[in-house]
Amino acid sequence: MRTTLQKWTLLFSSAVLLALPAASSAQLSTYDIGTRLGAESHVGNLTGHAKDAALPYRRYCVGCHGPLGDGNGENAPYMQPPMYQQPRDFQLGIFKCRSTPTGTLPTDQDLYDAITRGFDRTNMPQWNALSKQERTDLVAWVKHFSPRWANEKPGTPITIPPEPEVTAERIKAGRDVFARVQCWKCHGVQGMANGPSASTLQDDLGRPIAPFNFTDGTRPKCGDTDQDIYRIFMTGLDGTPMPSFADNIKPDEAWDLVFYLRTFMAQKSKEKEIAKGLGLKPVDPNAPVAQQ
Amino acid sequence: MQVLSRFHLRKVFHSATSLFSLALVLASVVLTCGEPANALPAFARKYGLRCSACHESWPMLNYFGQKFKDNGYQLMNDRDAPIWQNPSYWPVVFRITPIWHRVSTGKVQVDTYTGGALDGGQAIQRITSSGFDLSGLDFHTGGTLEKNISFYLLPSSDSTGAFHFEQVFVRFDNIAHSPWLNFKLGRFELDNLLSEKRILTLTGNGGIYQTYHFMPQGDGNIFGQIGDNQLGMEYMGHSVDDRTRVSAALVSSSDGNVGLTTTANAYTGFVAASQAFDTGKLGVQRLGFYAMVGEASTYYLTSGGGIPILGSGIGNKGFSREGFVGQFYFGPHVGLTVVTQHGSDNVWFGQGYGNAEATDGNGGTTCTTPIPNGCPVNNVPGTTLAAGSQAPSWNGVTAEGHYIYSPQLIFIGRYEAERMSQQANGNICGGVACPSNLGNISTYTIGFRYNPFMTSRAGLAWHNEYNWLHQDGTGPSLTPGVLTNINTGEILMGLDFDF
Repeated sequence: MRTTLQKWTLLFSSAVLLALPAASSAQLSTYDIGTRLGAESHVGNLTGHAKDAALPYRRYCVGCHGPLGDGNGENAPYMQPPMYQQPRDFQLGIFKCRSTPTGTLPTDQDLYDAITRGFDRTNMPQWNALSKQERTDLVAWVKHFSPRWANEKPGTPITIPPEPEVTAERIKAGRDVFARVQCWKCHGVQGMANGPSASTLQDDLGRPIAPFNFTDGTRPKCGDTDQDIYRIFMTGLDGTPMPSFADNIKPDEAWDLVFYLRTFMAQKSKEKEIAKGLGLKPVDPNAPVAQQ
Repeated sequence: MQVLSRFHLRKVFHSATSLFSLALVLASVVLTCGEPANALPAFARKYGLRCSACHESWPMLNYFGQKFKDNGYQLMNDRDAPIWQNPSYWPVVFRITPIWHRVSTGKVQVDTYTGGALDGGQAIQRITSSGFDLSGLDFHTGGTLEKNISFYLLPSSDSTGAFHFEQVFVRFDNIAHSPWLNFKLGRFELDNLLSEKRILTLTGNGGIYQTYHFMPQGDGNIFGQIGDNQLGMEYMGHSVDDRTRVSAALVSSSDGNVGLTTTANAYTGFVAASQAFDTGKLGVQRLGFYAMVGEASTYYLTSGGGIPILGSGIGNKGFSREGFVGQFYFGPHVGLTVVTQHGSDNVWFGQGYGNAEATDGNGGTTCTTPIPNGCPVNNVPGTTLAAGSQAPSWNGVTAEGHYIYSPQLIFIGRYEAERMSQQANGNICGGVACPSNLGNISTYTIGFRYNPFMTSRAGLAWHNEYNWLHQDGTGPSLTPGVLTNINTGEILMGLDFDF
């Protein structure tokens, strides 16, 4: 009897020994947040499913964004501004890079592009090595963290008119827009992120945040094409002090501003050459607005 | 009294069994109930990514990790240069594996004794050894010296602590802002998609890819082993998303040995290219090829009555290795990598010429006595090949499958087959034609690695593995002319950790 008991003890122990690793992993891989695991995303012809992204999220994302998607991954404490930016809190459902008007949810394509492009000057790399399906699934996974997606529809993407030809007049006009809407207050008169308000900026969660430095050779966070730059100041970067200027700047003026901002950038461009030829001076922050 | 004693013994045995069982369960609990799981923690620490972001299971790379490596250990997020790191950050990682293993070698020629005295006779028997042991120790350090200038340094020791530089290079990345222009110089692993330096298995025969090291019986060409790190320079280019990759390396035909001691005046070229395809839910599939074409010395000048002069190799002869590589995924959990190889050595290598210095693998030489007493053969002037000699050639295949239960748990299975297609003959089999299967290898390896926790700070894998290897005709024999086969098995358990 005793021997039988001992055998069973041994068998049970062995079974537990073999089963524990699997059980432990299973427990982690079946992580669930509420009932939103049915969330879907649609990018091109692909349909993403949140439930299919549990594994890739755990593999690639969880260290920063955390198991609950609240941006409190194990690395979050080491990503302190101003050198680093904190990981995004997906539960808030607020995203900087959107094609949709300020205050609205981004499209699935916006989130897909963000995952694919990554964010320069942050720890978020380009995930374009992943398959398109994996990235689409991850979009659905990101959406499942926030109740906003259950209650709201994404905004309608803004319309970006065709890009006009770059001219000296347009660059000068862009300079006027730069002065009028006081971009220099944060970005500085030469786009060096050293405007008088730069050191006081905070995001919506009260964390310090630095304005974009156009001159240090880095790419704008939400893409570096002219259309991307246009989109940034017409939609704003939600959750940051960068507002939408859709109500203050006409589409034509927005293109002028894009061309003027290009003159600050380190990369070679037609705009830089034209500005150099013009001998264009920075705006004077002390001059009356009309004369800046 | 005897009955009581036996009862007592049984009780002790039962108690010990229970304690052992309990210990196993506790060990398992400790191993499995850590934080949720995560390779080179130096990179993980630098970027705040878990091991699993770059590794299917560390050290084997996934596609993202391959892209990170191809970018010169950069994420390309404008935070790659060291100035963006915390000044106290020091990119060093050590890796070592305490293990228990049991090795069983099928045929070993042993002395026999009669009445306690050596009687001069020989016998063939199996030898089985088991015990606790250590792997070698690796110190990995790598990263960026400046944006787009990266480095890697890997001082590595054997299990006794004898160090050498396993890998050292500086790489210039993204020249002219193009991912297609990258160059490195130093000692590095050839651009093998199935990287032996990132192998997931640790046993003596399973810890290498036989296909990468196969040499025909009696062959003297040690220089065609694509699994060994080589000294040279490499061009590498890739598309932005790393779907397309090309590389070309020019290396010394020295098998990576330093000091210009081996065949110092000969070079080998290695090219590799691959294209990946996005296949929807199946994942990303990759197809590629590689080719190694080189030449190496067969004649070393000698002095002192036949002792080779280091670095004097001449009489170069050619060799080649070429094959295809496929990396296939069948969804997120199942992967299969296949590497094929066709190898061919010049007829002189087939007769044992080439490795005239019997290097110790680290630039030194173990050959200090005159040829032919202590060293392999040397193609001195006037040497002729034995009748019937021919250039050896062979074909090999490696198929390695993975079942990835989760980023923390991976099951591994591998089968390798090396098959001679043309034997060297000549002197290799005593002047007669060699059996067509002489030297053929079949081997399989199975195992699993479980990471009880996964963070971006350190890695620990509970490693379990079994390898079996069979080779035709290379075992010892007591009967002249009769060839025997070798069967070797090894089981290994260990804790593979890095920090």
